[in-house]
Amino acid sequence: MKLTVSGNEKEYADGLSVAQLIELEKVETPQYVTVSVNDEFVESGAFAETSLNAGDIVEFLYFMGGGQYGF
Amino acid sequence: MITIRLKQQDCKSIIAHAKNGLPNEACGLLAGKADGDVKTVEKVYLLSNPDSSPEHFSIDPKEQLAAVKDMRANGFVPLGNFHSHPSTPARLSEEDIRLAYDGKASYLILSLAGESPVLNAFGVVGGEVLPQVVDLLD
Repeated sequence: MKLTVSGNEKEYADGLSVAQLIELEKVETPQYVTVSVNDEFVESGAFAETSLNAGDIVEFLYFMGGGQYGF
Repeated sequence: MITIRLKQQDCKSIIAHAKNGLPNEACGLLAGKADGDVKTVEKVYLLSNPDSSPEHFSIDPKEQLAAVKDMRANGFVPLGNFHSHPSTPARLSEEDIRLAYDGKASYLILSLAGESPVLNAFGVVGGEVLPQVVDLLD
């Protein structure tokens, strides 16, 4: 099946889960990555059980945050 | 050393955004072109700080997603982010370093602690802080 991942359309095995896609794409520090599928955010605890379908558009977003104190 | 080329006007926008956000921290994203060690900022995304805090910021994933799509539509790549330090210097805090998960990103800090704003840039790779140069363009 074809998926668009981070703007790139590629062929993947049918029935792929979000967790498997993260592994295939070698996403760095996956524990801090937010995933959206067709503009819907997937709960991080649901990566393994969320299956992807042909035509899905997937984005990986790094958490970005911080704070001014503590030097 | 990586150089961030930033238009004066974009720098002024970041400062205005940070001042408008006081007393809280303000934040946003940077997009543009990357060529070797030179990153040229073409667009600055002035985003909200859902933490609404003078001590913390985070970038709203919905706003982040919209910005990433806009970058792609414009042929830009994500270059990094910025946030303000309302009352501390323009350097990465321990929390900033701990939460800097993207080794390719530039992290710009705007300090409003002194009379004049100070903007500095850093990379963070494996917890190591690597200073970067901010080159302001006319």
